Amino acid sequence: MSKKVLMKGNEAIAEAAVRAGCKLYFGYPITPQSEIPEYMSRRLPKIEGGAYIQAETEVSAINMVYGAASTGKRAMTSSSSPGVSLMMEGISYLAGAELPCLLVNIMRGGPGLGNINPEQADYFQAVKGGGHGSYHLIVLAPSSVQEMADLTVEGFNLADKYRNPVMVVAEGNLGQMMEPVEFKESYPQTVDHSAWALTGAKGRPGHVVTSIYLAAEDMEKYIQKLYRKYDLIEKTEVRYEEFMMDDAEVVLVAYGIVSRVVRNVVEALREEKIKAGMIRPITLWPYPKDIIRKRADQAKFFLTCEMSTGQMVEDVLLSVNGKKPVYFYGRFGGMVPTPAEIVAEVKKYYK
Amino acid sequence: MEKIFQKTRGLNDRIFHYCPGCGHGIAHRMVAESLEELSLLEKTVMISPVGCSVFLYWYFQTDNVQASHGRAPAVATGLKRANPGSIVVSYQGDGDLASSGTAEIIHAAARGENFTVVFINNAIYGMTGGQMAPTTLVGQKSSTSPYGRDPKFAGYPIHVCEMLATLKAPRYIERTALNNVANLNKTKKAIRKALELQEKGEGFSFVEILSPCPTNWGQSPDEAMKWLEDNMIPEYPLGVFRDAKPGEVKA
Ligand SMILES: Cc1ncc(C[n+]2csc(CCOP(=O)(O)OP(=O)(O)O)c2C)c(N)n1
Ligand code: SF4
Repeated sequence: MSKKVLMKGNEAIAEAAVRAGCKLYFGYPITPQSEIPEYMSRRLPKIEGGAYIQAETEVSAINMVYGAASTGKRAMTSSSSPGVSLMMEGISYLAGAELPCLLVNIMRGGPGLGNINPEQADYFQAVKGGGHGSYHLIVLAPSSVQEMADLTVEGFNLADKYRNPVMVVAEGNLGQMMEPVEFKESYPQTVDHSAWALTGAKGRPGHVVTSIYLAAEDMEKYIQKLYRKYDLIEKTEVRYEEFMMDDAEVVLVAYGIVSRVVRNVVEALREEKIKAGMIRPITLWPYPKDIIRKRADQAKFFLTCEMSTGQMVEDVLLSVNGKKPVYFYGRFGGMVPTPAEIVAEVKKYYK
Repeated sequence: MEKIFQKTRGLNDRIFHYCPGCGHGIAHRMVAESLEELSLLEKTVMISPVGCSVFLYWYFQTDNVQASHGRAPAVATGLKRANPGSIVVSYQGDGDLASSGTAEIIHAAARGENFTVVFINNAIYGMTGGQMAPTTLVGQKSSTSPYGRDPKFAGYPIHVCEMLATLKAPRYIERTALNNVANLNKTKKAIRKALELQEKGEGFSFVEILSPCPTNWGQSPDEAMKWLEDNMIPEYPLGVFRDAKPGEVKA
């Protein structure tokens, strides 16, 4: 049995990536995620076949990932909000060329330079696009240091399985938080990329990694193929957690660090005999819309809590599809909502 | 009958989409021939840029990846670091390399990345229809410098070899041209040398090739060759700008 170690969230991501077989890391410093490149700069040069590069910009970092991922090896980058904006061109290309890789966004305040406090305001960018064109990332949202490690490994596996970039999004305070974390003895990689990876065309015709399709009919076919893959991911890879949902009439929806606050809210409301429960999306895309739709039958109303001005609430609204009211409560700029605030908010609507 | 010439195995049997008199086709053949002669085809990954040569992978009998505008040196860095045993060739135009991708080329060169860049300088944006490039000559007309490039507004052409030669890490930097047989031979030799150096693991090698774009210069292929000779070569002198181990700065 491996034992628990106390680690910062950012370090847990880095260690988990190395254990998952990530050999290549490219990144650029930005608070509050710099522990990830720092950790990788210590670890990777000591590993057979490992390489760490501090890129000149986030634009270059993501394109280094593109090059490395083209060889079929596990590659990643990490950044925080303004840096992730710079990566958007490359992210669209990675999705377009169907390259597996792991992207990490330890989110901070925005827009613009914003601040270095935690926010969840990059939800739209991660889930709805951000780069150009029709594509999806698989987006994973951990709520503890243990989950940051676990979803990093899971992220590489999903990326390999679907030849698609995966993004782990976590708030700055989760990245900086220390908690016990446990790693498994081994993390086997099972997907073989030799059918397309660029390793030199020895004894076979050349492989091509690209996303250009000049003819309209070719481009349409290619997007249809991508969307068949996305359909499959939506059918098979949705992950969420329910807390006290069996008889819940007040349904709170929250992800990441906010879900930890909302857990306390649910407990406080239950003590007052209010039947509250929480749905916590773990995959932000594919979104757990089916469970939300199902719970709309038993719910009096929904309250979505976010550290943004309200981005995920749109997905809750779409999932509930008018069956029940959906309310929103948010704090931003680095302000973390307190249980008391959210309890008061619930009581505004609870009669 | 004795066969005295045959097409290189490095290129597929497919007709180039380039305009008559374009330099891309010549440069492609030289890269492919060199890879074949050095027995490197089977471990090469070519990078096609954004520009007229975006479909380079239609032609090369190698593994290929398409990079976004200007980013090929970063993609090459990732490829080579992931697979140090491969031969990586980044093939880029002047709009791609000297405008969008200035940061990428300078930093890849400064790190001394062990790959080869073939840089086609035709002093214009070919694919998008002949707009001004960073390499467009002073006075040269283009679709976005209709009165001729005026340095008061548009600055002066960027000399990439000279700029990269100020860095300590590059192993080999040479500028050649496609305008006559002697220069064609020099170009081929430079490409071969760049690839050989990469294979030996000696570091960053860079060959700039002055190349005609008859279509967007509005000239016949013959006139374009002459224009290249009379105008481009004086602005972009040919020769070796660096041939030294990283750290030793000498030409
Ligand atoms: C991000 C981005 N910006 C602009 C373009 C449009 N674009 C396509 S080719 C090109 C110019 C390429 O010129 P050059 O590199 O000189 O190559 P050439 O076509 O002359 O061979 C431009 C600007 C693009 N594809 N992507
Ligand atoms: S536009 Fe210019 S660079 Fe492009 S193929 Fe034609 S001649 Fe060559």
